[in-house]
Amino acid sequence: MRPGLSPAGLRRPGLARDVAIALTGLALLLALPMAFPAPALRDFLIYFFAYGLLAMSLNLLVGLTGLVSFGHAAYFATGAYVFGLLMQTGRVSIPVGVLAAVGGTALVALVIGAICVRLKEIYFSFITLAFQMFIHSVIVTWVSLTGGDQGLRGGIPRPPVLGLDLNDARTLYGACAVVFVLCILAMRQVSQSPFGYTLRMIRDNPARANFLGVDVTAMKLGIFVFAAAMASVGGLILALFVSGAYPEFAFWTTSGEAIFMIMLGGIKIFLGPLVGTLLLQTLNHFVTIYTEHHGLVLGTVILVIVLGLRRGLADVLFDWLQARRAPRAAGPAPGSLEAEPIGDGALKGRTV
Amino acid sequence: MLRVEHLSKSFGGVRATRDVSIDFPAGSLTAIIGPNGAGKTTFFNLISGHVRPDEGRVLFDGTDIVGLSSLEVVRRGMARAFQVASLFPSLTVREALTAAVVSHQRGSRRVFSRFPVAAAGRRADEIMDLLGLAPKADVLSANLSHGDQKLLDIGLALAMDPKVLLLDEPTAGMGPEERWRMIGKVHRLWEVTGMTMLFIEHDMDIVFKIAQTIHVLKYGAVLAQGSPDEIRRNQDVIDAYLGTDHRLSETVGEA
Ligand SMILES: Nc1ncnc2c1ncn2[C@@H]1O[C@H](COP(=O)(O)OP(=O)(O)OP(=O)(O)O)[C@@H](O)[C@H]1O
Ligand SMILES: [Mg+2]
Repeated sequence: MRPGLSPAGLRRPGLARDVAIALTGLALLLALPMAFPAPALRDFLIYFFAYGLLAMSLNLLVGLTGLVSFGHAAYFATGAYVFGLLMQTGRVSIPVGVLAAVGGTALVALVIGAICVRLKEIYFSFITLAFQMFIHSVIVTWVSLTGGDQGLRGGIPRPPVLGLDLNDARTLYGACAVVFVLCILAMRQVSQSPFGYTLRMIRDNPARANFLGVDVTAMKLGIFVFAAAMASVGGLILALFVSGAYPEFAFWTTSGEAIFMIMLGGIKIFLGPLVGTLLLQTLNHFVTIYTEHHGLVLGTVILVIVLGLRRGLADVLFDWLQARRAPRAAGPAPGSLEAEPIGDGALKGRTV
Repeated sequence: MLRVEHLSKSFGGVRATRDVSIDFPAGSLTAIIGPNGAGKTTFFNLISGHVRPDEGRVLFDGTDIVGLSSLEVVRRGMARAFQVASLFPSLTVREALTAAVVSHQRGSRRVFSRFPVAAAGRRADEIMDLLGLAPKADVLSANLSHGDQKLLDIGLALAMDPKVLLLDEPTAGMGPEERWRMIGKVHRLWEVTGMTMLFIEHDMDIVFKIAQTIHVLKYGAVLAQGSPDEIRRNQDVIDAYLGTDHRLSETVGEA
């Protein structure tokens, strides 16, 4: 038997499959504005890319590793501001600005994460929130650099990239779509890698992972930095699009929205948070048009989903598919003692 | 292989381990017995780096490992399974074992390859075959029967390719028949791998049948140690632990 044909080897086309799905998704995203040329749709989708990356990257912490960060928007904002400030110097190209913003954010996250990941559960959540408030107040008070409350003004220049003029709305949209899909693909790869499965061990049972030779703190720090870097891409997409950066990017409500997106979408399917992003954004969009009390309406919808379904929408779909597949596929193996599921709620069944 | 010297540990007023000194030669199979609360699990916690002893030394392969973290202890080759199976509920048997093997092979940081890595997957398959878990390979750990959960817990420890394996009550919570099946597997494991193995067990019949050496703990101290025959005849043990009504003659017949 050739090594490629071993049972484990048969699963390897995973990456090829993911790339194929990503390309299909990208083609769809690029085709959509052509089919419906209204600029509003493009704008809507660019916001979707930005917040989608925020939610997806947060889920690497929440869903994959079991680290509930309340301060993830800090890195979204850091990406936006570093990128905006660099571009405003007029001396860097967009690719260099992007790399520097992502790298800079990763560095900030490395320092903050080194402190945060040593704390457990609610303490971790609170300290991430505290650091976010710190970054928010730096942005608000350092007026000479950041513009303070007013945000980073004066516009963010968009010099041509590889001959592409990003001042053209369609080109800008296309570039954002490509970057978005690449980031999603990178996150998918990480979640399916040996590192990703190590994170699942940590999520399920960190003490046991430690007894199996896993350096839990180092692994948590690794994913913390990677998730921050991915969030920063979301931030800089938004900065590039709105041609500015605002302190609200780093406000706790932005992190809160990202958590809502994850709760609405669900954590069992890799793309669940994107479903949540789409949902929350659509709600936001329409509800703000029709009523002033949009906070009330949003809160109600979230309560209904969280309390009524007790899981995200994508999870509902996932569980339904599982239930349909189960009678055929599984069935306790002959001779096994009664297999009784333990645990319930979030831990029940398989999470991705 | 493993030697502890004058090990002591107190929790507040409770002296869980008192001046314990035991030598575990390479390749030996040793039982630790004692009534509930005797300090058996604490003893494992002390040697596996989970709890730091107040006093004493733990010599593993000749070096003192007191003060090392449980992570460093595992990496030196001492693994353990737990009294209450400690698993990864959302991973299947195969995934959990493969992930453990990956960790043992220092592959946990790899992000560019896909899980499962072929080499680690093969080792996981071997472990499943060894323990008879192969038919359950794709079952979620949370959905395994109690006995299979205990087996998987041992399997995870085996993924570390340990030189010393600590098993805390591998038969806990099992009926008589299942106990013997389980201990049969443990015994075969020891014969096949030649590891140095320590196990905690409450069932005297099992202990007398398979252990080479037995150490009896009571109130954290070693009450007696010796071969099954010596322990069986030890008056202190009979008085203090076995009770006079234990029908020793039967177990002699079985052994
Ligand atoms: N972390 C701890 N903190 C405080 N007390 C502890 C701790 N661990 C163990 N003890 C105490 O030490 C004593 C010995 O406990 P241990 O769990 O080692 O007993 P055991 O022999 O394993 O018992 P069992 O047969 O019930 O498993 C008990 O009195 C227990 O309450
Ligand atoms: Mg115990």
